Amino acid sequence: MSYRQLSQEERQELGREQRSYLWGLGLSLLLTLLPFGLAAFTDMAHLTLWWIIGACALVQIVVHLRFFLHITLARNKREDLQLILFTVLILTLLCGGTLWILFDLYQRMMPNMMP
Amino acid sequence: MTVTEILFGRLGWDALPFWHMLQNPTFKSVINDLIASGAGLMVVLGALVVVAGVSWLGKWGYLWREWLTSPDHKRIGIMFIVIALVMLARAIVEAVFMRAQQAVGLNGGFLTAEHFGQLFTTHGTIMVFFMGMPFLTGVINYVMPLQIGARDLSFPVLNLVSLGLTAAGAALVMVSLVLEPFSTGGWTGYAPFTELSYNPGAGVDYWIWAVSLSTFSSTLSGINFAVTIYKKRAPGMTLFRMPLFTWTALCTAILMIFGMPPLTVATGLLALDRYLDFHMFTTDLGGNMMNYVNLFWAFGHPEVYILILPAFGVFSEVFATFSGKRLYGYTVLVMATICIAVLSFTVWLHHFFTMGQSANVNAAFGIATMLIGIPTGVKVYDWMLTMYRGRVRMSVPMIYAVGFILLFVLGGMSGVILATPSVDYQVHNSLFLVAHFHNMLIPGVLFGMLAAVNYWFPKAFGFRLEERWGRRAAWLWILGFMLAFFPLYVLGMMGMPRRSVSFTNPAYLPWTVIAGIGALVALAALACLLLQLWVSVRDRDHNRVFAGDPWDGRSLEWATSAPPPEYNFPVIPEIYGRDAFMLEKDGGTPFQAPTQYQDIVMPANSAMGVIIGAAGFAAAFALTWYMWWLVVLSAVVMIGAAIARGFVRTTHYVISADEVRRTHEYWLREVEATTPIRRSQEQSGANRGRAVPPVEGAVQ
Amino acid sequence: MSRTITRHPGLNLGPAHDDDATDVREELVFGFWVFMMSDLIIFGMLFATYVTMLGATAGGPTPHDVLDIRPAFTETMLLLASSFTFGMASLALKYRQGRRHLVGWLLVTLVLGLAFVGHELHEFVSMFHAGYVPSRSGYLSSFFSLVPLHGLHVTFASLWLIAILFQIAVYGIDSQVKNGLLRLAILWHFLDIVWIGIFSLVYLGGAA
Ligand code: HEM
Ligand SMILES: [Cu+2]
Repeated sequence: MSYRQLSQEERQELGREQRSYLWGLGLSLLLTLLPFGLAAFTDMAHLTLWWIIGACALVQIVVHLRFFLHITLARNKREDLQLILFTVLILTLLCGGTLWILFDLYQRMMPNMMP
Repeated sequence: MTVTEILFGRLGWDALPFWHMLQNPTFKSVINDLIASGAGLMVVLGALVVVAGVSWLGKWGYLWREWLTSPDHKRIGIMFIVIALVMLARAIVEAVFMRAQQAVGLNGGFLTAEHFGQLFTTHGTIMVFFMGMPFLTGVINYVMPLQIGARDLSFPVLNLVSLGLTAAGAALVMVSLVLEPFSTGGWTGYAPFTELSYNPGAGVDYWIWAVSLSTFSSTLSGINFAVTIYKKRAPGMTLFRMPLFTWTALCTAILMIFGMPPLTVATGLLALDRYLDFHMFTTDLGGNMMNYVNLFWAFGHPEVYILILPAFGVFSEVFATFSGKRLYGYTVLVMATICIAVLSFTVWLHHFFTMGQSANVNAAFGIATMLIGIPTGVKVYDWMLTMYRGRVRMSVPMIYAVGFILLFVLGGMSGVILATPSVDYQVHNSLFLVAHFHNMLIPGVLFGMLAAVNYWFPKAFGFRLEERWGRRAAWLWILGFMLAFFPLYVLGMMGMPRRSVSFTNPAYLPWTVIAGIGALVALAALACLLLQLWVSVRDRDHNRVFAGDPWDGRSLEWATSAPPPEYNFPVIPEIYGRDAFMLEKDGGTPFQAPTQYQDIVMPANSAMGVIIGAAGFAAAFALTWYMWWLVVLSAVVMIGAAIARGFVRTTHYVISADEVRRTHEYWLREVEATTPIRRSQEQSGANRGRAVPPVEGAVQ
Repeated sequence: MSRTITRHPGLNLGPAHDDDATDVREELVFGFWVFMMSDLIIFGMLFATYVTMLGATAGGPTPHDVLDIRPAFTETMLLLASSFTFGMASLALKYRQGRRHLVGWLLVTLVLGLAFVGHELHEFVSMFHAGYVPSRSGYLSSFFSLVPLHGLHVTFASLWLIAILFQIAVYGIDSQVKNGLLRLAILWHFLDIVWIGIFSLVYLGGAA
């Protein structure tokens, strides 16, 4: 691959993509610093904090998918999105089921395993 | 540490199957060790015969070039099926021994508990991981690309790696007959019984690594199949024009991709417990064995649908073809298949209703389980309606198919019974359960795969299988299954636990004897199957079907020569509807010569499968016996091979348009010279692989 | 981005790179995505199992004792930065900004990746010194079955990156190198996503 002069349009596109990565980086930083900061420097109630951590994590995952992995809602190719959504469905079933089953067991039979 | 210990780890003379007998000769130990040594001898002799035979014929080069390193999906498929058949033979013999033991098992019998434990563990592990999985993977490998009009799978070299990994796992199970022992933990390998503190020997480690090799292989195969079906369909082959077998292949592939990982986690964590002193499932220091059960079945239930869906696909093709009708309710069948695939991730708890969770949890999973019965029932009706008013030909695949419908419905009923938690509390872990799952697995998986062999064999090898021995085999399988497993329902209701080496209740005896006779009948069925193969090969010249369409087939795989050229299709066909080949025949335009031929690019041979397979086997064997140097060495080989593969640049070769044209025109001339036959002559020597076209008045 | 034609999920090289390998590339990338999703199930089951083992401390150290969010923060930053620099490498590839540019970004990514692994190893060693070993309790076992697996993935990804750098040295930036980089990029970004799960659920959730 040799260095190549970019056309006007390509240059614009490159600029746009670079900005897109920077957005991704900025948003991720924000969504990382916020929960870390809250956990390190405040005495929030645990439950509130957990909700914030969870929400930040979910949003950050979406940010990464959008800005780093270029998963978009564009119409022409949906199979990537379908694949990810299907995986999320299976993941929810398996993980949700696991937690439900195990914690139900703990409650009935082994309370000492409750965190 | 001595040098021997470094070199051989904990492998010593006591691993030989006759060691115990020599040290401590009692009546029982002699009998058991003689049986075990006989089995080990069979393995050694088998390996020697194969090596000697290939050398004598001077076929090593041929074997290497045309088979072991060939990325052709058809060759790979056949090799998978060969593995499956070999392992089937072993597992059936083991089943006969178990049945024989229980037939004389009142207050004793001839097998030790240890030996019996190894038998049901290897039997179950082999039947699931090294008979069922390679069989269906092989059939999908062979048939699916032909059905969708592709030249190969998306990742041919990965396909070789899958084959290598499965072969390595199967070889490991075989080697465990020579260097004992294997696990006694059942095919489920439940912790904490399989933890180091209860099972310090090599057995469980054999099991862990054999199963892991199989799991990796299946995950990779699943990815390969799914991507192929998504990306390599011929133009016009929309999803809803795919043959039903391909649909089931797709759903099975998806289940492999998402269903195998929980098993990887379960066996991986068990290995961490055993090798690195973790406490995931131990009885002390916070270990929780219930996590193992949960993880195992989060794999285990999708697994049973991985096994059964391809069989559903085979039967769908068989019913349509041998009834001379298009498949009834295609769309509904597809929907049902998809429903089953998704629902199969919501029911795993029905394997451990009795673990102690509350009634709410049990009820939810019980209801979900019963829900799966609905799409399955729908399928049964569709198959029956496909036969309804068709001209049904009772050929061998059809005997298996009809036997399947009758028996599978029975098994399904016992499944719905088991899905009721309160009933399950009564019969859990009893022979009722063993009867139930064999009632699904033998008519389902085994009959399905044997039907597939009978149905597609002429495509793969260019000659039909002999019918008489085929029929005998089919009927004996059906009879043997019924004799061997219907008594188990009764025994289960009487309270006989599964996996028991002997019993004290004389009321069991008549039933275990009948079951033993049934197992012998099944053994006879296996013998008929082998005879069928032998006779067919011997008389192959009478049964050639080079024209390629012996059954008046409907889907694309019948539109090529038998066997097909390695690139499958001289030009990729255009598809205009379901039952693509039948459409052509209906329109009077099958067997066309394309206007133009082009060069075809095909994947080049690769030794990756052999290398990864061999290194995988070495790693697994070394881990089992604690030969750490070999573990490191084989890991280095595997990583090195993967890196080296990245530097290979000649991954393809070209078949010239001219050669393609010559091959194709030769076949077309042969087709022209073949007399078409009516369905009534299908099983006679007149069947040379060309059907009377429908337009000429053949009654369909 | 939304105006460019995408041929397959995730990163795209754009029409400038079309050659006869484009179809193959599409299959390779899609196949790799499927593989990642399968891997994600492994991580998912490990996460779920980890949560069920939070209470399995067997009288030993609790999550609160064991987990320190300071090293986790450094690791998070390293991995996030490496994700960004890999993105820059992808752009250098896509817009043909020259081999030096591409290799430069890849090297930065590699250093960040290795720094992550090194830092994590250091964290584990200090945990071992404090007596937080997997054989101490079910809880610690589940920690050490989840977090190091991610580290192992990063190690293999770094190895792969090194292999590709050598391929560039030998063959230049040919079609196969591009295919490799596209897939490695997916792996790299995917591992960062798994890490979001780890620092949120394991470290922040446990230390809080
Ligand atoms: C005619 C053929 C067969 C016979 C006679 C047979 C017989 C048996 C027997 C006697 C057992 C032990 C039952 C016990 O626990 O007391 C068993 C277990 C089992 N069989 Fe079969 N079997 C046959 C075919 C199959 C097939 C085709 C499959 C699967 C595809 C299969 C899968 C299993 C499994 C998974 C177990 C459970 C092993 C365990 O307890 O861990 N079997 N079979
Ligand atoms: Cu099940």
